[in-house]
Amino acid sequence: MALRADIERDLPGFKLRVSLDCQEKTLGLLGGSGSGKSMTLRCIAGLDKPTRGRITLGGRVLFDSKEGIDLPPQQRRVGFLFQNYALFPHLTVAGNIAMGLRGMKKHEQKKTIKEMVAKVKLEGMENRFPRQLSGGQQQRVALARALVLQPEVLLLDEPFSALDNHLRGEMEQELKDLLGSYDGSSVFVTHNLEEAYRLCPNLLILEDGNVIAGGPREDIFNNPPNLATARITGCQNLSRIRIRKDNTVEALDWGCVLHVNSNNMPSGASYAGIPSRYIRPAGKDDLINAMHCRVINVIESPYQVTLSVKLLGRESNNLSCLKLSVQNEEWQRIISQGLEEFKICLPPERVFLTF
Amino acid sequence: MDMLPLWISLKTSLSATFLAFVLGVTAAKLMSVYRGRLKSVLDGVFILPLVLPPTVVGFLLLVLFGRHGPLGKVLTALFSTTVIFSWSATVIASTVVAFPLMYRTARGAFEQVDPHMLDAARTMGIPESSIFTRITMPLAWPGIAAGTILAFARALGEFGATLMLAGNIPGKTQTIPLTIFFLVESGQRDKAALWVLIIIVISLAAITGLHYWTSHQIPAGGQPER
Repeated sequence: MALRADIERDLPGFKLRVSLDCQEKTLGLLGGSGSGKSMTLRCIAGLDKPTRGRITLGGRVLFDSKEGIDLPPQQRRVGFLFQNYALFPHLTVAGNIAMGLRGMKKHEQKKTIKEMVAKVKLEGMENRFPRQLSGGQQQRVALARALVLQPEVLLLDEPFSALDNHLRGEMEQELKDLLGSYDGSSVFVTHNLEEAYRLCPNLLILEDGNVIAGGPREDIFNNPPNLATARITGCQNLSRIRIRKDNTVEALDWGCVLHVNSNNMPSGASYAGIPSRYIRPAGKDDLINAMHCRVINVIESPYQVTLSVKLLGRESNNLSCLKLSVQNEEWQRIISQGLEEFKICLPPERVFLTF
Repeated sequence: MDMLPLWISLKTSLSATFLAFVLGVTAAKLMSVYRGRLKSVLDGVFILPLVLPPTVVGFLLLVLFGRHGPLGKVLTALFSTTVIFSWSATVIASTVVAFPLMYRTARGAFEQVDPHMLDAARTMGIPESSIFTRITMPLAWPGIAAGTILAFARALGEFGATLMLAGNIPGKTQTIPLTIFFLVESGQRDKAALWVLIIIVISLAAITGLHYWTSHQIPAGGQPER
């Protein structure tokens, strides 16, 4: 079911301007706190009222400020999974799921609840209260409660933020499976970029109430259309540039000349960037974009070290560091060979130019 | 001993509690959604009977329900009666002084309910009226129940406004607090002490009864225990 929203909401000190188009799959809304992602979801669900705009779901108009249409949330058929799950604490698991099934015959209701409970693997817990469940189980109840009503779109507001790391991964997989068997579309809000990448084929990046990028996840992560998007996708290596001839740019903040792929050369670009995972210690065969550097800082993690380095050659205090990660074993090898000869390589196909 | 004051007191305070409950919960619910400019003024008016001396409340009620008062005129025109110095007057006086306690605690209880839960219910297609009866009220119930008991205790103990609006008519408007006052006044302290004991027993029973009952309810509250 296609969800289309083109909405504006004016608040004192904040303006939301979002336009999104969610087809069959999962759309990820990525942005920092206060960027307007939750407000967007609330507007779609009818819990907040946009100042202007139009929201359609399939063939139905949910909201249209010009035509004066504003369906109450009860009539929108939009499922909502809240950050804290918002389970009804005075009702059991079955009671929570049954709450939305009023008007259904008792035996049908029982059957539906049974199926749903099985689907989210909560058999035997029907009569427990939310406070008797773990965080992961609570989330499954919240999902069951929303999905049992067969919503045309499911909105998920940072569903994993209340879980610890271990459960997060587990629930993410479960959610992925559940979403796979659910034939509506879904909008997933998060500030965690890896989570967004893993769960959503398409992303929309919000900053300060505005959409600053949108499209397939690979495009956004490998070729962010602007500096803010590059930062949100976690790219730490960004430099102002001066464009030169022959597919090269001068990276002003790093103090070097970089080769870039010719099809990566948008005219008028003013920044170059490369995600730290793509910078690697240069081997003997690396001739392009391989440069000597000085290690400024080393941060050790269990399996890898994060290095901050400055390029040698043009000594200047104004240059900024490049960040890269290397595996622990490789780092030991580099140290044993002596740091004077340490070279890094910025593969030209991985360097992106942006605005 | 004439037990009529006990009967009148119970009848009055239970009726007043019922009225204060309905009016207080309704006012609290309406005020929790009302966003207009008059919000703080209205809130002040609702709380006023709690902070004013009971005699002032009684005086204002006399003005309102008197033969020439705005409400008094309406009652006279419709039913050709006046409520002053009748049993209804004891109920009105008790309701007015008990109302702020019910209103204030109910409002506090409603504000404690996680708004996300109500939003979740809305997206589940549950109509607003059912959300109120099946989610808001059960979740706010401990607070509402406490407010009801406070309102009952306040209505049971009402003296000043009742005396001014209903007078002290034995067998009709003479509640236990009035009885105690006039017994002491006429030097019958032993009888007064007995009534004092009775009113303490009723109040204590109400409060411990409530405590026992709420502690056996399913504890509400949004957060998990583990």
